[in-house]
Amino acid sequence: MRFHAEPIDFIRQPGQGAPIWRGRAADGEDLLRYAISVHRHAGRLCALWGSDERLSDAVLRLHCVFALDEGWQWLSLDLPPDNPVYPDLSGVFAAANRMQRAAYDLVGIRHDGADQRPWLRHGGWPADWFPLRHDAGEMPANDNQPTDYDFLPVGGEGAHEIPVGPIHAGIIEPGHFRFSVIGERVLRLEQRLGYQHKGTECRLASADIFTGAKLVGRVSGDSTCAFAWAYADAVEAACGIAPPPRALSLRALLLERERIANHLGDLGMLGNDAAFAFGLTQFFRLKEDWVRLNAQLFGHRFLMDTILPGGTACDVDAAGLAAIVAQCDSIGREVKELQHIYDEHAGLQDRFLTTGPIDTALVHELSLSGMAARATGLLLDARCHRQGYVPPPPYDKLAVRPAADERGDVAARVAVRFAEIYESLRLLRLLAVGMPSGETCVVMEPKPGGAGLGVVEGWRGEVLVGVQLDASGKIARCHPHDPSWQAWPALEHAVLKDIVPDFPLINKSFNLSYSGQDT
Amino acid sequence: MISLTGLLGQLFAIALALMLAPLLTGWVNQCRAWLQNRSAPPLLQPYYMLHKLFHKDVVLAEGASSLFRAAPFIVFGCMVLACAIIPSLSTDLPFAPAADALALVGVFGLARIFIALAAMDIGTAFGSLGGRREMLVGFLAEPALLMVIFTMAMIAQSTSLATIVETLAHREMIIYPSIAFAGIAFTFVSFAENARVPVDNPATHLELTMIHEAMILEYSGRHLALIEWAASLKLYAYSCLGLALFFPWGIAERDNFLAMSAALPLLFVKLTIGGMLLALLETINAKVRIFRVPEFLGTAFLLAVLGLLVRLLLETRV
Repeated sequence: MRFHAEPIDFIRQPGQGAPIWRGRAADGEDLLRYAISVHRHAGRLCALWGSDERLSDAVLRLHCVFALDEGWQWLSLDLPPDNPVYPDLSGVFAAANRMQRAAYDLVGIRHDGADQRPWLRHGGWPADWFPLRHDAGEMPANDNQPTDYDFLPVGGEGAHEIPVGPIHAGIIEPGHFRFSVIGERVLRLEQRLGYQHKGTECRLASADIFTGAKLVGRVSGDSTCAFAWAYADAVEAACGIAPPPRALSLRALLLERERIANHLGDLGMLGNDAAFAFGLTQFFRLKEDWVRLNAQLFGHRFLMDTILPGGTACDVDAAGLAAIVAQCDSIGREVKELQHIYDEHAGLQDRFLTTGPIDTALVHELSLSGMAARATGLLLDARCHRQGYVPPPPYDKLAVRPAADERGDVAARVAVRFAEIYESLRLLRLLAVGMPSGETCVVMEPKPGGAGLGVVEGWRGEVLVGVQLDASGKIARCHPHDPSWQAWPALEHAVLKDIVPDFPLINKSFNLSYSGQDT
Repeated sequence: MISLTGLLGQLFAIALALMLAPLLTGWVNQCRAWLQNRSAPPLLQPYYMLHKLFHKDVVLAEGASSLFRAAPFIVFGCMVLACAIIPSLSTDLPFAPAADALALVGVFGLARIFIALAAMDIGTAFGSLGGRREMLVGFLAEPALLMVIFTMAMIAQSTSLATIVETLAHREMIIYPSIAFAGIAFTFVSFAENARVPVDNPATHLELTMIHEAMILEYSGRHLALIEWAASLKLYAYSCLGLALFFPWGIAERDNFLAMSAALPLLFVKLTIGGMLLALLETINAKVRIFRVPEFLGTAFLLAVLGLLVRLLLETRV
């Protein structure tokens, strides 16, 4: 299959997951032309990573995942090991910038653009050592000194910088924000992330597929179901195994529970950041009830290790499903009351409305997906039907209604979160009532040399996991991709019309993952 | 000539302020927790905090000058002085002649300048940020506070706090509309001056939104203890000032212990109710955008001026 008459042949990936095609670009020119074509057709760049295939094919390989209305295209490009350079895509997709820099830090494949600053490497390992190459060996002795980093300076009278983090006053993840301000007005915000780099991808290499599931489920703890499901989809596609229908419904049930838990917590935190602590305690009470039922039914408050390649590790009986439906009713009632309080609170609305706005043009430029994109009015949701796109099961039968709000500000993101809670509660009831019977898991037989990609609409946005297996059926390369990669740059733009003390509120309305981005 | 009982009474009033101020903070925190459906921290939590901080070592920022080290003592001293001259129990104490309302505003201003200078002294971004915002709030709050005091002073024909209290407490019960305006304006100013919601949030951990907390981020150990204690004293001082100006009934006019110990339970009750109201207002409000603080304090100033005009036009007979 070809897209938009570009000379790249794609083959549909087998399996029950989201519609994905796989193709190979002949050279850098082809890749760049394809990227431009995708951009022209309102597509997105979803992920970009590198892999070392010198053992099997004597090349280093660049992988890009693009999204069009029909589905996702996983495009790879072979690069010669002696000069692994490919055309810079950040001129087409701004989102490529950080991913390209990270790909160099980890695998040593280089784009030919101007911005060659490291992204994930903070001086923890030498610049000429690439941890994801198969012959990397032990990390060479290194003094682990922080490296210099060129922030774009802002000049002019009265302009000055406020460096924030990586260590913050609250107990949150580390990340550095460099504000250039004049008085309280923000002229520019530049982020520096990577402080949470744990070497997960390095650890994933040569792990077996079940260890891989555990690791990928811990890339970002708040999205563990989304990551585990995307990973399971990828491995199942790589091995040509289809999970049973009950497992798919259970996965959707777990994913929607995760979505509601996160939205509940964030709505509370949003109130708290506007000093409305009443909201925090109320929403956290609901979230606590919610995760306690998780622990009771599925054995883990955050639902870690519940989804495995081949199916699910947990099952739920009729009494459990009844408890879920009952909880949906009670939580739904309370959320409605709290939404009324939020909506009617003049002080809170004054903080939310018009704060931190983004628009659809920016969403398009930054390849943004998920909740923040929907808050600008885009009906972009991998769980929903749209023209030419059928969501993967079980969502194909659920007729998910995407939540959207056109304002693009903090208030819109709050409204979308409320709407998504109600929609997910509805889905949970449908899933609980229509839960298919049968097995929850099939036996997984790893297929040597297989490869697959999984895409799941997590609560924050699109979670992607690409998996390649080696000749022994273990993981050769696995790349988990968090939607925060695309959303962090959106945050840089969202604060530009606002003042410094509004930043925490805007930041919380996105609530992006540091860990997911830094992996 | 200062009498021995007067001196003892004065010392008692100061000691009471030092003891009672953290309790008031603890009480407000407790009420806030209850109103949010949280289980509350112990009432004595602020004392535990002070105890802990006084036993910790001081970590000084690199390049901190003597100003940085002296500021906590100056601020603490200012607040103790403020508590001493505000008539909380009796109007007939040795410091009463010094209890000029204008001087009081000056004492608060002095503390503000030193804490803001100390914040800028160490040269961190947050210190300067907090110092800058604090001066913005202060420069808007002080005129409003002065206007409130002028209104009250016109009623009593004096800027002496003791005289104001005596005048108000012992007139027959007349409702002055001007006092209503002044009272609302004073409430607004107290929220701003004590870094409470909706102007500042004493419970926040978001460094970019802080005003008061941003200035004291680099303080530790006994310095921080003094600043925290001073913050409690300031809340106590403002509460007592508000009570003295708007609910003066029950404050003793002699300096003997009998009169003062009769005034004590009443002060206790008044502070308890005041703390509850403060917690209630904080709970139902969200913090305003910082650029709305001028509007908030502008409203306070306007109300205070209205009070003054009402006093001039309606209440004075030519």
